[in-house]
Amino acid sequence: MDSRHIWGLALIGTLAGAFSGLFGVGGGTVIVPMLIALYAYGDRLATGTSLAAIIVIAILAAAMQGGLYGNVDFGTGLILVGPAILGVVAGTAIQQRIPEKAVSLFFAILLIGVAIEMVVG
Amino acid sequence: MDLVLACLICLVGGIVAGLIGVGGGIVFVPAMTIVLSKGQVEAEATSLMMIALVSVVGTWRQLGYGNVNLKDALVIGLLSPIGVLVGVVVANAVPERALRIGFAMLALYMAWRLLKRVFADDPQTSG
Repeated sequence: MDSRHIWGLALIGTLAGAFSGLFGVGGGTVIVPMLIALYAYGDRLATGTSLAAIIVIAILAAAMQGGLYGNVDFGTGLILVGPAILGVVAGTAIQQRIPEKAVSLFFAILLIGVAIEMVVG
Repeated sequence: MDLVLACLICLVGGIVAGLIGVGGGIVFVPAMTIVLSKGQVEAEATSLMMIALVSVVGTWRQLGYGNVNLKDALVIGLLSPIGVLVGVVVANAVPERALRIGFAMLALYMAWRLLKRVFADDPQTSG
């Protein structure tokens, strides 16, 4: 891994952390399009790598919030995470069966929605 | 009844997470604040716990499909706390309105790059 590659990843990680800390949006919303734009990742590789990065981001952030402030509602979280996990298994399976460009299109629409929400909300 | 509705919304959130590689918090948080009347801070903290579990399962599935670069993911994830600190410093120095407009512009720029790829004849040479 050369230094330019690492600096690019550092930029993505820093922006993802900064925007998720500021607005609660910014993990995958920043990581996926930047991996595609900066590293010419394919759509599926970008989304898979983003999910893996989010594990680390969410664990670090949840440990801070849950461990230090006791804000996590474990009861509700464990009930809701069941269907969410079924969803992610279905979502990744569906993704393998649709054209890669559909993921980019879906993501572009999401980003436009986020941009509007940021300005209007 | 509210819990059933929240579960259905989280199912959709999980599908979106798997499809486009986001954590799903954008869906989980309103499922808790609007449907279950949880407080914002509690919902965001609980959502983070859910995101951690959902992204573990999503990554496991994507590993099976050969769609994960673990080394790059680790670098991005481990450096994100620096971004959180940068965010706190920036939030104290720059008005929130300017930050929101800045993020909106970044989101629109990324959307434009993605749309260019979608509508290019050869996605490998565009971007």
